[in-house]
Amino acid sequence: MSEVRLRVPPNARRGEIVEIKTLVSHDMESGQRRDDAGKLIARKIINKFVCTFEGEEVLSADWAAAIAANPYFAFHVRASRSGTFEFAWTDDDGTVTRQRASIMVS
Amino acid sequence: MALIAAALAPWRAVAQVSSPPGTHMQVLARLVGGRTAKPGRVRVLLADVVDNGNSAPLTVSVESPMSDKDRCTAIHVVADGNPNPEVFSARFGHSVGKAEVQTRIRLARSQSVIAYAEMSDGTVWSGRAQTVVTVGGCGS
Repeated sequence: MSEVRLRVPPNARRGEIVEIKTLVSHDMESGQRRDDAGKLIARKIINKFVCTFEGEEVLSADWAAAIAANPYFAFHVRASRSGTFEFAWTDDDGTVTRQRASIMVS
Repeated sequence: MALIAAALAPWRAVAQVSSPPGTHMQVLARLVGGRTAKPGRVRVLLADVVDNGNSAPLTVSVESPMSDKDRCTAIHVVADGNPNPEVFSARFGHSVGKAEVQTRIRLARSQSVIAYAEMSDGTVWSGRAQTVVTVGGCGS
């Protein structure tokens, strides 16, 4: 299971634009590297990152092998109500890593 | 003069010079469906010199009010100098309040990184940043 680090502000004023920072530990094996015997190492990356808020999609990103190892992705959300963000990272092998973070909007 | 011309040239000219024929165009066609990208409204922030091509910080920001009626709906990033020019493609829901994303990317060699922004009115805009890569990422 990949390790996740999130930075979601716990509190915000209604209408405030908050930055959400995400990082997941992953080698992002590009499929371009060769092993000691000269054979290409198979690609294994996180190819999809999705953030939802209370079930509604906030951001959906397709990632290629050009995203660096331990992918970092940051974006900005308008805080309109309290609730929970869910983040999901999908690996080439189908594994999905999930994490949640809540925000209180006043 | 040459620099100005290069900066103002539409993406097609660049694709002819620095990418295998069609590659960039194919990626773009799949992403934005054949619409023509106009230069402007997109800022690509990347270091002028990248020492480590395995992890270069990248910020893409798009001029957009991000209102319900007038918003940036997607950002696509293409790096022509990489073996696979696609970098990422991010689509925004209505709660995204600012059209700006930040990540870290791999750059195989010195090149231009180009970002395209799709707007809610159907237009597509582009911006680019040129960078010199000292030690390339991807294949090493």
